[in-house]
Amino acid sequence: MKSLWSVTLATLVKDIRLEWRSKDALNSMLFFSLLVVVIFSFSFDPLAEESRHIVGGLVWVGFLFASVTALNQTWARELRNQVLDAYRVSPAPANALFLAKALGNFIFVAVLEALMTPLFVIFYNVRVLGPAWQLLPIAILGTWALVVNGTFFAAMSLRTRSREIMLPLLLFPISIPAVIAMVAGTTSILTGEESAHFYLVLLLTYDVVFTTACLALFRMILYAE
Amino acid sequence: MKRLFPILSAITAALLAYALYQALVVAPADAQQGEVYRIIYYHVPSGWMFMLLFSINFVASIQYLVSTKPSRQAAAKWTVIGVGVVGTIVTFLPQVQVQLKSAGMRPSAIATTVLAIPVFYFLVGKLFPGENLDVLAVTTAEVGVVFCTIVLVTGPIWARPVWGIWWAPGDIRLTSTLVLWLIYVSYLMLRRFSNSAQMQVLAAALAVFGALDVPLVYFSIWFFRTQHPQPIIGGGGSIDPRMLHVMMLNGAAFLCFGFLVCWQRFRLELLHRETEAAHAMDSLVGSGVAAKASLPLNRSPQ
Repeated sequence: MKSLWSVTLATLVKDIRLEWRSKDALNSMLFFSLLVVVIFSFSFDPLAEESRHIVGGLVWVGFLFASVTALNQTWARELRNQVLDAYRVSPAPANALFLAKALGNFIFVAVLEALMTPLFVIFYNVRVLGPAWQLLPIAILGTWALVVNGTFFAAMSLRTRSREIMLPLLLFPISIPAVIAMVAGTTSILTGEESAHFYLVLLLTYDVVFTTACLALFRMILYAE
Repeated sequence: MKRLFPILSAITAALLAYALYQALVVAPADAQQGEVYRIIYYHVPSGWMFMLLFSINFVASIQYLVSTKPSRQAAAKWTVIGVGVVGTIVTFLPQVQVQLKSAGMRPSAIATTVLAIPVFYFLVGKLFPGENLDVLAVTTAEVGVVFCTIVLVTGPIWARPVWGIWWAPGDIRLTSTLVLWLIYVSYLMLRRFSNSAQMQVLAAALAVFGALDVPLVYFSIWFFRTQHPQPIIGGGGSIDPRMLHVMMLNGAAFLCFGFLVCWQRFRLELLHRETEAAHAMDSLVGSGVAAKASLPLNRSPQ
């Protein structure tokens, strides 16, 4: 158990340090989601009342697309100099690598969300009518839902031709229930018309189910020959 | 075996023709919908077929994933037996029976279905050992996607005159069928984009993810109203016995047809893999003897 956490922590710190020095993933994600915000704001010109109903969908679709650009770089980095092969022959537990990557992606996407949410608020003139603190658990659970499957499928699409295209093709269909829950939950909080508890429970279930599935199957994916 | 295929094809063609005649001419018109409803004889049997094929795909994928290690195999075996036993006992609890009846489901039908899961699991494992499990998975996924497409196409054609809309966004059955279709299309894409040996494990893992996803999709739209009627068999709907007869006939015809297509696809995939292996062997040996010797052109079909 101790080695699992120490390996996880070491890999996570390495990833964050790499990202801190290069800022590849963050810069591309930030600029991408900025473009999404701007293009959406040209396409729709909503009144304040309408924007409350659509902004939940816009925000999460924007973050979903942006996170794919970061997720694609997760494992590609390890292919250079055969780092992944070295990892495979090392005695370190496979799940430690997966957890580190998923946590790293979670942090990157969370930073992106923290920076981009104010922009959405400004562009769409959003005022929250429901209990605003509930947006935080929705954001945390929703981000984890995107990131845990995204990390897994990025590892999967590593083995295919044209892997950058493959990741969203695999990730989006599986993410549909999570996206429904995030969007509907956010909308119900913004409009204050109904309770978001159902969607929080749904997101929690989704996270538990797929985190378990990822941890159970990642070893096979990593060592698949 | 060689003669069985034409015979079976002839029987299937006759059955399909007879079922079509029954569906279009013999079956009575619906009291409310008139003649439009006759599309049900394609819509519903295709729905049964894709559910059957996708469940076979799921079972084959799990079997393939656990087949690498005996300990995993044993664990999966006991889990499946446990699910069958516990599920059957649960359906006979009085509280659950009341719940099921109020939801319009027959407890005996549920119990039979639950009991069928382990039987199904062991049958698939017994009939398709080793690498054949993966061949079975790709076969059922491909044919299942075709049937699912038929359902998704005939559904809107039927919905337009009856509901007044092509598609009911947020409907439980429509959305979960569409998501299932999307998942299996991405499954086939994954198989197409990667033809290495690792792909089989990846595809099996994706099938498991897809199967986990479907109940979540179902619950995620729990709150939305549903347009789609209850299932007519084992559900709360009711149907004229003459219509039910034609429906079962069409179901049998589609089952034969699906089996026939799957059989051919299975054989084709086996031959394809053998040819590939022979070519790989050939390029290793470098002479061309190996490929010629084991090219499966003159062999009788399996």
